[in-house]
Amino acid sequence: MDKHKSTEKPEKELSSESRRDFLKTTSILTAIAVAPATVAKAAEFNLGEKMSTAFETTPVNLTVNGVKKQLNLEPRATLLDTLREQLDLTGTKKGCDYGQCGACTVHVNGQRVLSCLSLAIMHEGQEVTTIEGLAKGQELHPMQQAFIKHDGFQCGYCTPGQIMSAVACIQEGHANNEADIKEFMSGNICRCGAYPNIVKAIQEVKNGGRKS
Amino acid sequence: MTEAFFDKKDYKPLDRVDGRLKVTGTARYSAEYALPNMAYAVLVGSSIAKGTIKSIDSKAAERAPGVLAVISHLNAIKVPGYQPKGEHPSEPSTQGQPLRVFFDNKIVSNDQPIVAVVATSFEKARHAATLVKIQYHKEEHQTNLEANSEKAVLPASGKKNPKSPTADYDRGQKDAFESAAVKFEAEYVLPTEVHNPMELQAITAHWEADDKLTVYDKVQGTKMTQKNFAKEWNIPEANVKCIATFVGGAFGNGLHNWPHETAAIIAAKQVKRPVKLVLTREQMFTMVGYRPRTWQKIQIGASKDGKLVAINHQSIGQTSSYEEFTESTLQQTRMMYASPNVSTRYRILPLNVATPIWMRGPGEATGAFALESAMDEVAHAIGMDPVDFRLLNYTESDPDKNMPWSTKYLRECYEEGKKRIGWENRKLKPGLVRDGEWLVGYGMGTGTFGANRNSATVHAALDREGNLVMHCAITDIGPGTGTAMVQIASNTTGISTGNITFHLGSSEFPNAGLQGGSSTVNSVGPAVLAACNALKEQLITMAAAKGNTAFSSAKPDDLMIDNNELQLGGKSSKTTLGDLFKQNNMEKIETTNESKPDENRNKYSMNAFSMHFAKVHVHPFTGQVQVKKIVCCADAGTIVSPKTAASQMIGGATGGIGMALTEDAVMDHRFGRYVTKDFADYHVPVNADVPEIDVYFVNKPDLLADPVGSKGLGEIAIIGVAPAIGNAVFNATGKRIRELPITPDKLI
Ligand code: FES
Ligand code: FES
Repeated sequence: MDKHKSTEKPEKELSSESRRDFLKTTSILTAIAVAPATVAKAAEFNLGEKMSTAFETTPVNLTVNGVKKQLNLEPRATLLDTLREQLDLTGTKKGCDYGQCGACTVHVNGQRVLSCLSLAIMHEGQEVTTIEGLAKGQELHPMQQAFIKHDGFQCGYCTPGQIMSAVACIQEGHANNEADIKEFMSGNICRCGAYPNIVKAIQEVKNGGRKS
Repeated sequence: MTEAFFDKKDYKPLDRVDGRLKVTGTARYSAEYALPNMAYAVLVGSSIAKGTIKSIDSKAAERAPGVLAVISHLNAIKVPGYQPKGEHPSEPSTQGQPLRVFFDNKIVSNDQPIVAVVATSFEKARHAATLVKIQYHKEEHQTNLEANSEKAVLPASGKKNPKSPTADYDRGQKDAFESAAVKFEAEYVLPTEVHNPMELQAITAHWEADDKLTVYDKVQGTKMTQKNFAKEWNIPEANVKCIATFVGGAFGNGLHNWPHETAAIIAAKQVKRPVKLVLTREQMFTMVGYRPRTWQKIQIGASKDGKLVAINHQSIGQTSSYEEFTESTLQQTRMMYASPNVSTRYRILPLNVATPIWMRGPGEATGAFALESAMDEVAHAIGMDPVDFRLLNYTESDPDKNMPWSTKYLRECYEEGKKRIGWENRKLKPGLVRDGEWLVGYGMGTGTFGANRNSATVHAALDREGNLVMHCAITDIGPGTGTAMVQIASNTTGISTGNITFHLGSSEFPNAGLQGGSSTVNSVGPAVLAACNALKEQLITMAAAKGNTAFSSAKPDDLMIDNNELQLGGKSSKTTLGDLFKQNNMEKIETTNESKPDENRNKYSMNAFSMHFAKVHVHPFTGQVQVKKIVCCADAGTIVSPKTAASQMIGGATGGIGMALTEDAVMDHRFGRYVTKDFADYHVPVNADVPEIDVYFVNKPDLLADPVGSKGLGEIAIIGVAPAIGNAVFNATGKRIRELPITPDKLI
């Protein structure tokens, strides 16, 4: 990194330079790392950064798990990264970032959506449900219970996506037989290989808990 | 004493103890810790496979909004542990050394991490990373295994230790093959495969003080990571904390600390903030290891009636130019069958690629593909049923080590597997069975893996309400370690599983080795057992001291805790935990116990065995292969957690389907770069690819191997699956595909 800057610095660089100085002075504070997240967030930006942030972000209103959120987001932020990095809803997973694995599956207005292929600003005013919003308080959703009962996972990383997909799969009417379930769940990769147990869990929920 | 352990209640299927956390999204993985003032790092990789960096133009990236630093060898802080090769005469670097990220301008493989862009948000870092411009002095690279095979070498481990599985090995006569009545010879190729766990490799690095580092890291060994980074940064081990509470799969790629981890730690030090670094899916192909492409040649000599005379097996696997990676590809060839004459030759070939790392079943799975396919080919050549052929050459003791087996129940696996797959429907001659327009085939493959055991230590505390809490540094990459340990503790103490907690995944906890090599239950299980027995001894002493004479001669095995009441020999002692603790004026009792491998390891050959049967359909016109059913039979000793163990077998079979039919990391050798680098091009099995998988456990304890009686499961779950499928495809079609994966183009 070139530390010896000439005098013809563009404006942006000036601001980033002063931000660096600011960071230096606050590094002791931040190194303590005990400040609550909001305080730390506030300390993170200096004026220049704030200005550029104001220009770069767009207000977005989302309802996430029933709670209205007013956010200022970079237009390029995916719904997935917004959930994980801005809202600390890390139940929604990143397995590829290219729409190839299903780990990031959430429901938007009741339909399954790959949140990595979707920018957050595209969902203005919409209702997003993540794995964290599926249970009713302490009472698990039947699909969550069925996944536990049938051991529909090992490492658990693909699991939130599988469960969100599974719930939608039944709602879509794509869970009428084993072959259908397998086909319509094939967008959700499980490298641990829990597929047969996932199918059993879905069948059980589809049949109202009758299939053991 | 150990026998009595098994007089107690059998292990029942138990729901995963961390299931609720996993299905509610509350389990936190390495990239999911929200630290104040977090910065994000994105890595830029080289676009050449060999050469040097001429220049890095980072101005535009540095100017981009939110960028905190652009780090490369030009400005990275000095890592104290980066000693140039040979500077430490005490540590001869015969096996090379891991890549030192941002150390110098050398490029040793394509997509080698050479720049880290650190910014205040992930989006900003990702964007700025695209602005970095790098120029190179390119040198000619070699990435093609077959084209360079004459440069393969005997690895240092084989040179140093003639007993090493990588050393040259000859049993009996070297030229016995030549005079055998039936002679078979073939070459097999396994392509590079990539672990590709669903969780992308991630680390959150946080310098809590100048000499105090905490990493939330996706690894298979918290203690290994602690040691490595303490050494790398020249700080006391106690100052390094590694947290890996949840690991989203790994399959071996967390058995090594990789350059991206050090990159994040450097970045965190440089920007003085916690830094989160998550690899992209492409980078999972180039920065965290893979199963090396391996060429093998097998010669099998047999008598006309099917008695093995000789097996010669050689292999060449690729490694990097800077680290010698080896695996036990040829080990099972030495011990699986009763052949008087066996020779093995293991070689590695350094290429301009990144270092491989053990991938599930590691070398044994690679070797089994060749050995078990070749066995099938010989059985076919002499017109024998492949199961009968194996039974005829069954080993009752280990012919390599010249030792009795601790236990071996492979015959049970053959018998049970045949029944379950419907082996009687198989025809000796290929291509005869049809189901509609589909050709039907049956095949089988055997697997084996050492019943490895390491020392492990567990801390356990029991309170007066009967809650048992244990701690151990071991990780759980998915098999259900916590669940298994809770079951062992419950079985040993009688305490209900709901009152037992097993904390794992932190270097702060008592010592455990890596979660790899199918060694976890065999190693940590005995430590849990020892800790539980130590607690029981304390209870007995406490009770006896308070004048309860019934306890004065009691042994831990006599004591069980039933609903907080102490039972001796199955009868109530009319003493509750609460009373006992109160009488002794104690809130809780605790203990720390280590359990180590014992001298039985020098007297017995200890191995887990598996037998996989596959039924496939092959379409005669399109070459499409559908696996219709897999039967997995395992002789893995005691099955401590039947539910999670079955899932582990199913997972292994699924991995085997990928290995057999789809997985192939294809490299364009003009650039030394993978062309398959995401899930659209590198195909792992999806739900629709995986049929019913029927799991059978012999479930007989091996108490010579360890006091829990377990022999390990993770590897044998996949070893032998790919050849079973390949053999079934041959049985269906008469076509023998010796280079995996068996894609339709090879069948039509
Ligand atoms: S992370 Fe969205 S599909 Fe993989
Ligand atoms: S449970 Fe590990 S990827 Fe599905």
